Amino acid sequence: MIQDFLFQAFAASAILGAVIMVTRRNPVSAVIFLVGVFFATSGMFLMLDAHFIAAINVILYGGAIMVLFLFVLMLLNLGHADWRDLRGPVGGLIGGSISIAFLGVLTRLFVGGTDSRPVVEIAGSALREAAAEQGVVGVVARPLFTEYTIVLEVTGVLLLVSIVGTILLARRERT
Amino acid sequence: MNPVTGGAFVLATVGKVILFFSVLMLAVMLATIFERKVCGFMQDRSGPNRVGPWGLLQVIADGLKNLLKEETMPAQAVRPFFLLAPVLGILPATILFAVIPFASPLPTQWGLVEMIVADVPIGFLYVLAIGSIGVYGVAMGGWASGSKYSLLGGLRGSAQMVSYEVALALSLVPLILLTGDVRAPEIVSMQQTFTAGPATYATWFMFPLLVGLFFFFVSGLAETNRLPFDLPEAEAELITGYHTEYSAMKFSMFMIGEFAHVITVAALVTVFFLGGWDIPFWQGDNIRVLSDGTVIGEPTWWKTLLTLGAFGVKTSLLVLVFVWIRWTLPRFRYDQLMDLGWKFMLEAVTVYILVIAFVILGIEAVGIPAGGWYAFVLFLVNLALAGVLFFAMDRGTLIRGGAKGAKPAGGDAGEGQGG
Repeated sequence: MIQDFLFQAFAASAILGAVIMVTRRNPVSAVIFLVGVFFATSGMFLMLDAHFIAAINVILYGGAIMVLFLFVLMLLNLGHADWRDLRGPVGGLIGGSISIAFLGVLTRLFVGGTDSRPVVEIAGSALREAAAEQGVVGVVARPLFTEYTIVLEVTGVLLLVSIVGTILLARRERT
Repeated sequence: MNPVTGGAFVLATVGKVILFFSVLMLAVMLATIFERKVCGFMQDRSGPNRVGPWGLLQVIADGLKNLLKEETMPAQAVRPFFLLAPVLGILPATILFAVIPFASPLPTQWGLVEMIVADVPIGFLYVLAIGSIGVYGVAMGGWASGSKYSLLGGLRGSAQMVSYEVALALSLVPLILLTGDVRAPEIVSMQQTFTAGPATYATWFMFPLLVGLFFFFVSGLAETNRLPFDLPEAEAELITGYHTEYSAMKFSMFMIGEFAHVITVAALVTVFFLGGWDIPFWQGDNIRVLSDGTVIGEPTWWKTLLTLGAFGVKTSLLVLVFVWIRWTLPRFRYDQLMDLGWKFMLEAVTVYILVIAFVILGIEAVGIPAGGWYAFVLFLVNLALAGVLFFAMDRGTLIRGGAKGAKPAGGDAGEGQGG
C-alpha cells in the first residue's frame, strides 16, 4: 500500500524531473535535474527490493559521473549556451520514432506475451527469491564473477582503453 | 524476546529518528564549542570564556546571532540553487547517521528495539552512496554564488571530494574481505566475536586492518574538507571559498553540515574499526539480532546505556583527533593534494587490497580458524605494510617543497590547462 504509493511518487518525480531537464536552457540546471532523476530512479529500485542497484546507481551516476559533468560545466563556464538540440522536422521525426519504439518495449514489459504474467512480475518474484537466498549483493555479484566473467573483464579493458585514449588526447605535444 | 513488529516498529522508528536527530544536533553544538576550546588550549589561550560557565553557552549565543542576522542575497546569485546549496550541505551528513548502530538493542514491553534507525541490507554501500552526494552542496554553493572566489572554492572542493571518494570506497574493501558482510550491525558483531568457538575477547578491526583504518581516516579528512585538506575554504587564497557569499543562518547551515560530517566520519570509523558499541574486555555485551528474529545474548536497558556510553567515548576521542590534526599539520598545496590522492593513495589502497586478499587466502589455505592467530597474522602483515607506507609517505620522498620539485607551484584547478 505505502510501497505502491512511494513507487508511484518516485516514478512521477522521475518523469517530471526528466521533462524539466530536457527543457532547461542552462546546462547546469539541466545537470541538477538529471541528478534528481537518478535519485528518483534509485527510489524506484528501492521499492522494487533492488537495494544494490539503487546504491550503485547513486554512487556511480549521482555521485561520480554527474559531479564530473557539473565540474566540467562549471570549469568551462558554458552557462550562456542556449542552442536547441533538435533542429528541423527531420530531427523531430527521428526523435519521435525512437520515443515510440521505447514506449512499445515498455508496454511489452507490462502487458505480457506468451506467459500470462507480465515480465516485471516474473523478474520481481525471481529476484526476491534469489535475494532471500544469497543477500542483495550476492544476487548481482555472483553471476558477474561466474557466468559473465569474460564480459566483465572485456568491459573493464574497454574502459581502460578509453581512459588511455583520453589521456593521449589531452596530453600536450612535447616538441 | 522478539524484535518489535507492526505498528510498534513504525512508532519506534519515528521515535528513533527524532531522538537521534536531536542528539546529533546537540553533538554538533557541543563539537563546535569543543573545537574552539581545544584550539584555545593548543594555542595557549583561553578560547571562548565569557558566555555562561567556562564559555559553554557561547554556542547558544552564536546560534541566536545567526538566526537574527540579516540574510544577504548577492545580486549575481542564481536564486533557487543559492538557496538549495546549504540544504544539500547539511542533508547527507545527517541522513548518513541512519545506518550507524549506536548501542546494544533495548528491550521494551512491546519487543526488542534495535538501536539503529535503518538496518538497510546494503549497509555501508548506503554510506558510500550518501557520502558521494555531499559534493553537491559545495559545488552548487560555489557556482550559484556568482562570485569568482566561491566558484574556485567549489571547483576545488568537488575535485578533491571526487578524488578521495575513490580511496575512501576502496579502503573499505579489505573490511568486506574479512567480514563477508556489508551490514553495519554484522560488522560490529564480527568484531565482538571474531572466533570460531565461544568468544573470549573482542578483535577490533583496527588491529588486523591497521593500514585500512589509516586510509579510511585520511580519506575521511579529505571528504569533510578539514585541515590539512581544507583547500576549498583556504582563507588566505579564497576568503572562505564556496560559502564566501553566505551569511547568517545559511552560513550556519554549512557549518552545521561540516561538523555533522566530522561526527559522522568519526562514528563510521568507530563502527568499522573500533568495534562500534563494543565494550572491551567484557563479553556481556555480545548481543546480536539475526535476520530471522532470534536474539543471541541477553539485552537489558543498562547494557544499552553502557554500550551507548562506549560508543560516545570512542566517537568523541576521534573528534578530538580531528581537531588535534587541524593544529598539527599544515595545509597541502593543491598539486600536492591531487598527487597524494591519485598518484599515491589510489595505488597504495589497490595494492593493499591485493595483499590482504592473498594473506586471507593463505591463512585459510593453511587452516587457521577465525580468532586470535588469524587476526595476529593479519596484524603483523599490516605492521610491515604500515612501516613501508609511512616511509614512502615521509616528507621528502612523496611530498616535496616547491623549490625541490620539478613542477611549478601554481597547480590550481582553474589553471589546469595553462601553465
